[in-house]
Amino acid sequence: MRQSAGGVRRCVMSRTLSVVENAQWVPGEVDVRRPSVARVYDYYLGGSHNFEADREMARRVIEMSPNAVPVARANRAFLRRAVRFCMDAGIRQFLDIGSGIPTVGNVHDVAQQLDPSARVVYVDIDPIAVAHSRAILEGNPNATVIQADLRDPAAILAHPECVRLLDLDRPVAVLLVSVMHFVADSDDPAGIVGHLAGAVVPDSHLVFSQATLDGAPAVKVNSAKELYSRTDTQLTMRSREDIENMLAGWDLVEPGLTYLSWWRPESPDDVDPDAPRSVFLAAVGRKP
Amino acid sequence: MIREGTGVREGFTHGWAKAVAGLSYLPVGVDEARRQLTPITEELLAALRSEPFTAAPGHRLGERLVHLNFTDTAALRASLEWFGAPLLELAAADGLDLVDRETLGARLADLRAAFAAGYADGLRDRTRAEQETISRAVLMARDHAEQALRSSEARFRAVFETSAIGIGIGDLKGRVTDANSALLDMLGVPLAELRGRSITEFVHPDDVASVRRAQRELLTGGNGDHVRLDRRFYREHGQVLWTHLTLSLIRDDHGAPRYQVAMLEDDTERHLLQTRLRYQALHDPLTGLPNRALFLERMEQAFAAAPVDGRIGLCYLDLDGFKVINDSLGHHLGDQLLRAVGTRLDRCVSGPNRLVARMGGDEFVILVERTGNTDEVVAVADRVLAALVEPIRIGGHELAITGSIGVVERAVDGTVPAELMRDADITLYWAKGEGKGRWALFDPDRTAREVARFTLSTTMPAALERGEFRLDYQPLVRLRDGVVVGVEALIRWHHPELGTLAPNEFIALAEETGTIVPLGRWVLTEACRQAREWYDLLGDRAPFVSVNLAVRQLGDPGLVDDVRRILDEAGLAPGRLQLELTESAVMTQVDEALGALRALADMGVRIAIDDFGTGYSNLAYLRRLPVHELKIAGSFVEGLRDDVPADGGESCAGTSGAARPDPVDQQIVAALVSLAHTLRLTVTAEGVETSAQAYKLRALGCDHAQGWFYAKPAAADEVTRGMTS
Repeated sequence: MRQSAGGVRRCVMSRTLSVVENAQWVPGEVDVRRPSVARVYDYYLGGSHNFEADREMARRVIEMSPNAVPVARANRAFLRRAVRFCMDAGIRQFLDIGSGIPTVGNVHDVAQQLDPSARVVYVDIDPIAVAHSRAILEGNPNATVIQADLRDPAAILAHPECVRLLDLDRPVAVLLVSVMHFVADSDDPAGIVGHLAGAVVPDSHLVFSQATLDGAPAVKVNSAKELYSRTDTQLTMRSREDIENMLAGWDLVEPGLTYLSWWRPESPDDVDPDAPRSVFLAAVGRKP
Repeated sequence: MIREGTGVREGFTHGWAKAVAGLSYLPVGVDEARRQLTPITEELLAALRSEPFTAAPGHRLGERLVHLNFTDTAALRASLEWFGAPLLELAAADGLDLVDRETLGARLADLRAAFAAGYADGLRDRTRAEQETISRAVLMARDHAEQALRSSEARFRAVFETSAIGIGIGDLKGRVTDANSALLDMLGVPLAELRGRSITEFVHPDDVASVRRAQRELLTGGNGDHVRLDRRFYREHGQVLWTHLTLSLIRDDHGAPRYQVAMLEDDTERHLLQTRLRYQALHDPLTGLPNRALFLERMEQAFAAAPVDGRIGLCYLDLDGFKVINDSLGHHLGDQLLRAVGTRLDRCVSGPNRLVARMGGDEFVILVERTGNTDEVVAVADRVLAALVEPIRIGGHELAITGSIGVVERAVDGTVPAELMRDADITLYWAKGEGKGRWALFDPDRTAREVARFTLSTTMPAALERGEFRLDYQPLVRLRDGVVVGVEALIRWHHPELGTLAPNEFIALAEETGTIVPLGRWVLTEACRQAREWYDLLGDRAPFVSVNLAVRQLGDPGLVDDVRRILDEAGLAPGRLQLELTESAVMTQVDEALGALRALADMGVRIAIDDFGTGYSNLAYLRRLPVHELKIAGSFVEGLRDDVPADGGESCAGTSGAARPDPVDQQIVAALVSLAHTLRLTVTAEGVETSAQAYKLRALGCDHAQGWFYAKPAAADEVTRGMTS
């Protein structure tokens, strides 16, 4: 129902005015009574960019799987290390899809600290997260945010802001961090990754992490799925094999597909020996 | 001392960093945490050492911990733990012995309290700030959404208003609530007049039911939320508007139907074009009548729609002699004539259950549906012929034209359109053959006969090869002394299924098909061979053979060579061969025939005119022709009889009964004999059946006679026996 207002018009007009299809339709309903994935994540990290509905949901997830908070942090730390890795590899353009609530230490923080000319486009479907991002990025000429649906990568790449800021003739780092598990199998996640891979030039990078089935007790997986079904997003945990298939076409840099904290830790102290219980896998790939 | 102090410091910060790393909002590694915590450690030590002592820096450092993103209160707890014994140990190692241990403990407690308060203040401020940010973000998002909605609405309004497609929005009962200008233009009504009315009021009456049904289906949701139809509407002044109509159902957020939207695409022009193209495809451009395609389509429909006991009729009309008009007066005039004929036919025939079509050229066909009996269709044919009686005036010419019509009428059951057409076409040729300007009615028996004849004609060449033909011979007797001087060869077909067929059953057919040429050649060959046999047997007493020559053979340029070769091969003297030709065969192609006849006569072959007196002879030609003999037709000889036939059987000519002598016939025979003798020709009388006839013919000076009185036609060996006995 979230898209009903736009959906109706699209149907009415579909035959006559396909040009309107490309225009931006009314964004989804702004309803803080429904938990949002982005704000729940902020809560895990210890942020206060959230509302009671978000906190309520977060508390229930944590109750079920106390790992949620460390996993969120591990994801955040992985993102930071991966962005630095990309900067070291000479990449100065970032497309962060599913960026959520981008507070301090986000991609543009990390990248622009090393090189102020680095360009960042954040993408999220949550209108509040996007509005928040817009406020944060105000005055930053090299970073922007767009509201779009990850399931339509062509629309993302064709978005005027994306076109304005990113030069697709040069390598880009595409970030799909902790987001692909919100794409159902029926929405062809491999096709989405493939489309993005096809749109960027060689030496571009993919920063990827997603929830995995491997090592997760079935009961918990199901409960988490049930919880997430209250948001606008479904949770699809995937096997290592499924994830590897999704990343086919990218040369994974050392150490390949691994647990979040095991991916190029900065110091031995940062390595979590219990990482396999994090039920999360991460990787950085380079387009050959 | 310093080294020791440095080591303890590093141990402290590393331990503290390890305790809090991973608890920050912005996760940092242990190393980075240590770098961040080192200055705080220094300031803590400085605060403990300060004189006079103040705990104020602790508050600031607590806030700093929050600023460093260690927002998880676990980080505060861990920090405060580290500010206990570990910090005291570090302070001791750092040489903080200026103050006594008790004072140090009190200072540390103050500092920890201040640190905790600072952390709390920092966290509260940060939380407020973040709550404020996210709330602002919500407002911005709503703002943005509203803005987008407004601009989307504006965009939609613009699209709605400027669209070339007519759009009408209606409530669930189908009453129009809004319509764009395109729709108003299409229907030719102002919005005020359209509002509240149902769109179906504007639908063509024939289409209303289907549109209503589509609306119902839409609302009951059986087949999705869209229906597409091609339907007619009415615009002002009753003009018909052809449209592609799309009906859509609009639902609210809960999926309940809210509105109906009708979109009309004006398809009138395309439709008219299509109609015109279809008309052109199905009509004859010259006469404007339906063409063959439409005619066949209608006939198929008529067959499909006919009741079980229904009947149907067809008139197939062809103008007589149209080609002559076309060739002599020009195509332009011919076209005008066809147009005029088309108009007359249309006027006198077209109507319910009647369709006139032009099939091409000067052929027209009339379909008569739902007939009651054959007379109805015959009446149509009569009307058509009557309509053509009045001459047609074109460009100063008065053209009298007639037509021939093939009429077929029968029950629909048991026939098919193609059969009906074929039979009408065949019947048309009967009408032509019977003299044109008339109709002929299809006769299945006649067709059957024609089919049989056709079958016979096609099997004739093979029959010739198989030797199914035989020759019989009938003697020609010299009246003066009763001596057999010649024989006439008569062909018989011993058909394996039909028995023995007489020449009148297949010669005309052979003439039509052309088989007569090889057949005639065979007759000549066989007759000459037989004549030679008789010559070998009887010498000069042997009879000559008289062979009938068909018209077609006379026209065959190879005739003379054929005869010469056949005579050579048989070794027969040309004088022993007589060729019989009918009067008409000679007279109709006198110029072509003359050369051949001369050559044959020069060769020494005898030429006889068969059936003399029955055709129209040109006596002037007769004089010039190289003819040796006239054969008087049996019909004249019949008038000479005054007694019963000699053998009491059936008559050869098949005209038994008239047994009284006819004085006119006698005079004609006398005149013919006299004429022949004047032209120095010998005369043979055919069909002699009685002694009285023979007696009278001899008295009239006739030279030879032939007939049952003397002998019936018989096989060669029987003739031989007769002559040798």
